[in-house]
Amino acid sequence: MKPKLNASNAVAALMCAALILLPVYSAATGNIFILTLFTRIVIFALAAASLNLIMGYGGMMSFGHAAYLGIGGYAVGILAAEGIGSGFIQWPVALVVSALFALLIGSLSLRTRGVYFIMITLAFAQMAYYVASALSRYGGDDGLTVYKRSDFAGLINLSDRTQFYYLCLGCLFGGLYLIWRIVNSRFGLVVQGVRSNEQRMQAIGFHANRYRLVCFVISGTICGLAGALLANNTDFVSPAVMYWTRSGDLMVMVILGGMGSLFGPVIGAIVYLLLEELLSQFTEYSGLILGPVLLLIVLFARGGIMGLLGRMRRA
Amino acid sequence: MYLVVEQLLNGLQFGLLLFLLAAGLTLVFGIMDFVNLAHGSLYMMGAYFAATFVAWTGSFVLGALMALGATLLLGIVLEYVALRHLYGRDHLDQVLATFGLILFFNDAVRLIWGPAGLALPLPAWLTVPVQIIPGVYYPAYRLMIIVVALAVAALLYLVVMRTRVGMLIRAGASNREMIGALGINIKLLFTLVFGLGAALAGLAGLMQAPILTVQIGMGENILILAFVIIVIGGIGSIRGAFMAALFVGIIDTMGRAFLPDLLRKVLSGAAASTAAPALSSMLIYLLMAIILVLRPEGLFPAAKR
Repeated sequence: MKPKLNASNAVAALMCAALILLPVYSAATGNIFILTLFTRIVIFALAAASLNLIMGYGGMMSFGHAAYLGIGGYAVGILAAEGIGSGFIQWPVALVVSALFALLIGSLSLRTRGVYFIMITLAFAQMAYYVASALSRYGGDDGLTVYKRSDFAGLINLSDRTQFYYLCLGCLFGGLYLIWRIVNSRFGLVVQGVRSNEQRMQAIGFHANRYRLVCFVISGTICGLAGALLANNTDFVSPAVMYWTRSGDLMVMVILGGMGSLFGPVIGAIVYLLLEELLSQFTEYSGLILGPVLLLIVLFARGGIMGLLGRMRRA
Repeated sequence: MYLVVEQLLNGLQFGLLLFLLAAGLTLVFGIMDFVNLAHGSLYMMGAYFAATFVAWTGSFVLGALMALGATLLLGIVLEYVALRHLYGRDHLDQVLATFGLILFFNDAVRLIWGPAGLALPLPAWLTVPVQIIPGVYYPAYRLMIIVVALAVAALLYLVVMRTRVGMLIRAGASNREMIGALGINIKLLFTLVFGLGAALAGLAGLMQAPILTVQIGMGENILILAFVIIVIGGIGSIRGAFMAALFVGIIDTMGRAFLPDLLRKVLSGAAASTAAPALSSMLIYLLMAIILVLRPEGLFPAAKR
């Protein structure tokens, strides 16, 4: 596939370049704050990208995606609290547990469609939230402090801001590459075919739900990785990470950026979190502006930011 | 035994309150096909309005009535200004837009009333315990919630099943385009239904307010419960919402009251005290998951569109 030069691709390329060069800027100006802010943004971009895989390409509107953020985070946090500090153990555990959770709730949830699917994924995420709140050994409601970041035997030092940023960015680019490969593979085409017309895909011999389930599990696993990164970034994990408004945030990022476009969720995450941050700089009541902005975007900018860029090209 | 009766009544009261919230949600959902996450915000606004007006007028009943009118008005304005443009759009667009409204309302409340919660004190005549059966006393206020909510449910039933407006509402739920084509002013009907839903949410909020504190975010937890109810009951079905609300209210309350003791009999003390709160909070979601797995359209699906 030869990439075409158009507004959306140009913006995506510029964005990637800016993300790669950000630590240089931060080091040159001594602005550490921007690096920590963007570390957070990159992590949420990865989570939003994973949600986009099932929402944008698979047509599965999961309203419980923040659960994987929490599961990935708790896997790191709990292992660290039990004295297992090695990232080579923590991270695979985070991924496997997220995948298993996705397999379990996916196989149950995928029996339903539409709004019912939205609600049942929400219900499972809320269950995970309450389980985490009850883990009194690991902080319960108050959350769990991760005293030591994952240890990768000297290979990479997660406590170093720049190294950690590049690790997160590497995970994001890796995740995006994986999603791009999946979407353009035979498997991805089947999943998208099921989104457009499930009955036809069934009729020509595909087990629609099996494809959906595998896609759902891949998405959950990627988001679990984001959770592991997030726990390392904040040195803390709490049930609040899994609360339903968090899942709402992720959904907002995906829709804001443009559902079903590879870089849309990344742009969505950047815009949403930057907007939140900027607004909180000069007003305590950021929701007063952010809320109506979301409403206006829905009313006047269908297809999110990527959709706007796409229309610019055609105009 | 008395404890069981008391907890059953608590469950009934909670269930009826949930029904008020779910009824509005399911009407809006069933008729306009509109997912309104901001329904919880209307519930919160009802409580804040009530706390303000009651303090202002000095009368609980008068303040409550004013709060009801204010929420109704707020709902109508909200529908007219913003939400009517979202009918017929994708559910996801609606989720995003109304999620934005939640952010807006939470911060608007923080700006107007401050971050600390408010208390809504009860008048003296509502705080006395009432003897319902010999030996069992029950707070008058909770009893009043049950009575009011039952009356509202009955009224709602009469309006929906026995009046012309109700007929239109039911017709709208089963086929929107058709009643529009038959010359019914569907926009007005939608505004009306939305306002009704908002007032019901406000009523639930203001009645709950004296039991819990009035605070920001109070609508978010209970909104999810209301969604659970309409999903269990079958979207668009008032009867389903009523049954499911009672079911959820009673199971949730009984679970919280008796599950810890039950678990303690089976598990060791430490394990039980860890598992019990999680399990009783999860009970409802577990129930919903099971029901959706077995009956993907809810227990009482409304007539097919």
